[in-house]
Amino acid sequence: MPKIKIDPEKCKGCGLCVLYCQKGCIKQSKLLNKKGAYPVEIIEKDGCTGCSFCAIICPDLCITVYK
Amino acid sequence: MDKIFEKPESIRDKETHYCPGCGHGIVHRVICEVVDDLGIREKLIGIAPVGCAVIAYDYWDFDVTEAAHGRVPAVATGIKRSLPDRIVFGYQGDGDLGAIGTAEIIHAANRGENITIIFVNNTVYGMTGGQMAPTTLIKQKTATTPSGREQKTHGFPLKVCELLSVLPGVAYAERVSVHNPQNVLKAKKAIKKAFENQIKGLGFSIVEVLSPCPTYLGLSSKDAVKWVGEELVKEYPLGVFR
Ligand SMILES: Cc1ncc(C[n+]2csc(CCOP(=O)(O)OP(=O)(O)O)c2C)c(N)n1
Ligand code: SF4
Ligand code: SF4
Ligand code: SF4
Ligand SMILES: [Mg+2]
Repeated sequence: MPKIKIDPEKCKGCGLCVLYCQKGCIKQSKLLNKKGAYPVEIIEKDGCTGCSFCAIICPDLCITVYK
Repeated sequence: MDKIFEKPESIRDKETHYCPGCGHGIVHRVICEVVDDLGIREKLIGIAPVGCAVIAYDYWDFDVTEAAHGRVPAVATGIKRSLPDRIVFGYQGDGDLGAIGTAEIIHAANRGENITIIFVNNTVYGMTGGQMAPTTLIKQKTATTPSGREQKTHGFPLKVCELLSVLPGVAYAERVSVHNPQNVLKAKKAIKKAFENQIKGLGFSIVEVLSPCPTYLGLSSKDAVKWVGEELVKEYPLGVFR
């Protein structure tokens, strides 16, 4: 089962990974990280196809994808 | 489990100073992916511009120097001519390449220098506060065109790939975009080709990358990529120009 790992402290909360995940696996958190951004978190583990779109669009290298 | 997407080796594990959703981060990484794929890291010399990417050398883990505003192609020329076995690439914004550095880019291209230029077109001067750039769209509001760019006063948006494509010294000119994952992958292919051309000694290659600057477009990150994909590509069509 493919999965992703997000680094919540690196994340700037731009939301581009949320926009391009077709499986709705990621959402913005309601809690701030240390830099004052709302990082994203995984909400749907099972849907992930490993397409890597989230990681490819992330400007800040926050996402690693495993298969 | 295997990692199928991870940080390229030639980018440092370091937080960037870029705003959330800024295209520079994507372009920096894609360049590093290509550098890793081609195995050219030890032979590479990059030249950072004046603009938001001025400290790209803090992020790239290979040799990088920095040029005065707009002078990247001149510095690249000097380095490549004196160290011809190195792979030399310049990274420039639209203010850097399309305004103050217009003479340098045109003549480096026209001389057919065997260098690679990655040109990040985000339609504004990001670093200095979002002023109009030569690439700003007609009607686009910027710090210096508060009621929108007007052709009569400010001229037309400058089409760099089209302009350079008529020069015989240019081996390759392509415009790509990083507004969605599919286009990021296409951008990677183009950047790879631009480096391969240099390795083969084919001459001057440029890849123009349409890139979001959410901060000075005054848009959210999501709306900024939408704007690039829907509006900016109308004025700057994607594709190979030479
Ligand atoms: C000789 C000189 N003139 C003007 C400046 C001020 N300046 C710094 S960055 C910049 C424009 C940067 O815009 P661009 O190249 O589009 O890069 P971006 O920040 O948008 O990536 C200007 C005019 C300078 N540093 N040096
Ligand atoms: S790899 Fe694809 S499916 Fe999985 S979280 Fe990322 S965008 Fe969504
Ligand atoms: S794309 Fe990257 S920086 Fe932006 S919200 Fe997703 S993980 Fe965070
Ligand atoms: S001002 Fe624009 S180009 Fe500069 S870092 Fe911010 S979003 Fe990126
Ligand atoms: Mg710019």
